[in-house]
Amino acid sequence: MGLKTFKKGIYPPSGKELTAALPVEELPLPAQVVLPLGQHIGAPAKPLVEVGAEVATGQKIAEAQGGVSVPLHASISGKVVAIEPRPHVCGRLEPAIVIESDGADRRAPDLVTGRKLEELSAEQIKVLMKEAGLVGMGGAAFPTHVKYCPPETEASHGQYCPTQPVDYVILNGAECEPYLTCDHRLMVEQAADVIRGLLAFMKAAGASRGMIGVEANKPDAIAALREAADGFPVEVVPLKVKYPQGEERMLIYAATRRVVPANALPIAVGVIVNNVATAAAFGRYLREGLPLVDRIVTVTGKGIKEPKNLRVRIGTLVEDLIKYCGGFTEPPGRIILGGPMTGPAVYRLDLPVMKATSGILVQTRREVEKPQVLPCIRCGKCIQVCPFNLLPNYLADYAEHGRFEEAEKYGISQCRECGSCAYVCPSRRPLLQLVKNAKQQIKAAQ
Amino acid sequence: METEVVVSASPHLRAGLSAERIMWLVVAALIPAAGTGVFYFGRHALLIILVSIATAVITEALTCILMKRPLTIGDGSAVVTGLLLALTLPPTVPLWIPAAGSAFAIVLGKQIYGGLGYNPFNPALVGRAFLLASWPVLMTKWVWPEGSLGWVTEPPAAALGLSVDAVAGSTALGLWGEGLNKIPYLQMYLGKIAGSLGETSALAILLGGLFLLVFKIIDWRIPVGFLGTVVVLAFLWGEDPLFHLLAGGLLLGAFFMATDYVTTPVTPRGRLIFGVGCGLFTMLIRMYGGLPEGVCYSILLMNIATPLLDRWTVPKRFGEVRANG
Repeated sequence: MGLKTFKKGIYPPSGKELTAALPVEELPLPAQVVLPLGQHIGAPAKPLVEVGAEVATGQKIAEAQGGVSVPLHASISGKVVAIEPRPHVCGRLEPAIVIESDGADRRAPDLVTGRKLEELSAEQIKVLMKEAGLVGMGGAAFPTHVKYCPPETEASHGQYCPTQPVDYVILNGAECEPYLTCDHRLMVEQAADVIRGLLAFMKAAGASRGMIGVEANKPDAIAALREAADGFPVEVVPLKVKYPQGEERMLIYAATRRVVPANALPIAVGVIVNNVATAAAFGRYLREGLPLVDRIVTVTGKGIKEPKNLRVRIGTLVEDLIKYCGGFTEPPGRIILGGPMTGPAVYRLDLPVMKATSGILVQTRREVEKPQVLPCIRCGKCIQVCPFNLLPNYLADYAEHGRFEEAEKYGISQCRECGSCAYVCPSRRPLLQLVKNAKQQIKAAQ
Repeated sequence: METEVVVSASPHLRAGLSAERIMWLVVAALIPAAGTGVFYFGRHALLIILVSIATAVITEALTCILMKRPLTIGDGSAVVTGLLLALTLPPTVPLWIPAAGSAFAIVLGKQIYGGLGYNPFNPALVGRAFLLASWPVLMTKWVWPEGSLGWVTEPPAAALGLSVDAVAGSTALGLWGEGLNKIPYLQMYLGKIAGSLGETSALAILLGGLFLLVFKIIDWRIPVGFLGTVVVLAFLWGEDPLFHLLAGGLLLGAFFMATDYVTTPVTPRGRLIFGVGCGLFTMLIRMYGGLPEGVCYSILLMNIATPLLDRWTVPKRFGEVRANG
C-alpha cells in the first residue's frame, strides 16, 4: 500500500474498537466546573471576575497574560463560588475559577454569530483565534494564535510579528494514540466545522493550500472530510496506521516530505500544524460565536463499564464523566488522562477536564504490568523505532548518570517524547522518563 | 478515591517481547543444533550440554549471593551462555571441562563486570578461549559422529584415499589445512562430520538462525556482513567459498555469537561493520593463523571494537543540520 507515512515508529494495539463507532453523546450539564487558569503552555490567564459574580456561558472570565497565553471563558452559566488553588493534572494545586451552575446554560449576550470568512482580514482572524481561547487540543495545549504570529520576544506582547511565508496549513487528524476516538468522531460528525476552521487558519497564515492528515483506519472520517472539503483547496491525506503518525514533524514529513530542522519550528519549512479539534472549535466559533468551552473526550478502557465519546464542558470533573459511563468494571489499575502512550497517570478523580484533555483511559489491574526492570541488554530496538533516529539507550544512560553534556551532544533536545523507545524496550527500562527528567534538568540549568 | 491505583510515567503500554522471552527464544533457536549434536555424538554430548548449563546457572546464582545482588538466573541469560559454550566444545571432552568453562565464562566473562548488560566480551567465547588456552589437547580431540541411535558413520577415509586413523582425529578445517577438503557438501550440510558438538550441522543452525531473523530477534546485518565477507574473501583468495561457509564454527558464530546484543554495536551501520570485521578476521586466521579456526577469536576481537563502532556510526538524526566546521 502506498500510504504516506514516516520512517520507523511502532504498531501498538489499537483499542479504538471500544468507541470508534459510538456517536458523541452530550454529557448533562455538571453542577460545577473547575477552570484552571493555566490550561495551556505559557503564562496562566488573569481572572476578570470575582467570587460571587454571575457569569454566562462563553463569557470571558480571565484574560490572557503576556505573549504566549489565552483567555479563559465560562463553560456554564452560574455563579463564581471560588477562585482558589484546586487539584490540577500536574499533581499540584493550581489556581482555578470554580463556577456553580444555575442549570440554565444561559449564553453570554455579546457572542457574535455568523461571522463570514470573506469579511475578515488575516489580522482579524488572528485576534479572534486568541479571543476564542484556542489552544492545541491534541494534548500540547499550545496557544493557537501564537503559531500564526510568533512573538519575537516576551516584550512583543500583543504585537504581531511578520512571519515567514506559509504554503500549507496541515490539520492533524491522525489520532495515532491508541484508544482515543474523540478526533475520529469529531471528523465524522463535524466535518463542516473542521473545514471552516481550516479555511480560516489558511487565510490567517496566507497559505494557499490546506491538508488534513488522517490515519487510514478512519475511512468514514476521510470520506466525510472529503465531502465537506469539496470545492476548496484542501486535500485529505490518508496516512499509514503507525505510532507516532500524529507527531507534528512526522505528520509534516508524511504529508509533504519536508523535514523540519531540529532547532526550528514547522514554519521554517512553510507549514503550520493544528489539531482537527482546534479547527472545529474555531469553525464553530465563527458560526455560533461560542468560544472554546467544551470538547469531546473519549472515556474508555477495559476498566470502564460503558466506554463512550462524550461532549463535555471544560472544567467538568473526571469523576462526573466516569459516573456517566457506568463507573468502573472493577477496581481500576491505572487511570490515564489522554492516550496510553503520552497521557499522565493520575491518582484522583476530582481533576477537571481541560482544553487539551482528549481522553480518560482506565486500565484494569491485570493490564497494569509491574515491570521488572533489567539492565539494558543493548538489543537496539529503541534505536530501530525512534522516529527521530536518536539513540534512546545512550540518551537514557547519560541521563541516568547526570552526563547531560553528552546527552545534549547526542541530540536529547530533539526527543519529542513519543515513548516508542520505552514501549519496545524488552528490559522495561523507563527510557522516556529518564530522558524527560534530563531535559527538564538541562532546561532548568540554562 | 478509595482504591489504590498505579501512578507511573508514560507510556502505559508495553510491547510483549521481554528480555527474558528473548533469551528463551534464543534457547529455542539453539535446540535444532543441540539436538543434532546429541543425535550425532551421543549421550555424552547431552551430558556436556546439561553440565555446562547447570554450572552456568549455579555459578551465576552463587555470584549473585556473594555480591549481595538480586538473583538474576530467571532472565535466562546464564542458560544461553551455558548452552552456547557447550555447543562450541569437542564432543569428547570430560565433563569437568564444560563445568570449568561455564564457571569461568560466568564469573570472569560476565559477573565481574556487573552482570547482564555490562560485559564487554561474549561470555561463552571467553569460556571457550579459556579452555582452549588451558587444555589445548583436550579441546582439539575430535571424533567423527558415531550416533547413539544406531547411526554409524565412517570418516570419509576411503573417499580421501587415506587410512581411517589419519582422518579420525581431524575436523573438516583440519583436513583442509593439510590440503584435503574432499568431504561431500551434503555431508557437511547435514553435520555428519567431526567438529564441536553444536557446530557441525549447517542445516540445524540455519533453521535456528532463520527463526531468530524472522522474529526479528537478531539483526540481519551481522550474519550477512560476517558470512558475506567470508564468501568474498574466500573467493578472492581462490578458495572454495561454500566450503568455508560450511566448515568449522562459522555459521554457529555468525548467527548466535556475533549477534549477542550486549557485546555488539547497537547502531545499524555499526552492526554491519562488526559483521564484516568478524568475517575479515576469521579468514585472516584461517588463511594465515596458527589455528585452523578463527571464528571465536575474530568475534572476541571485534567485541573490543564495539564501543568505538557505536561512537563512529551514530545515525544521522531526523532534521539534523550538521554544523559547518
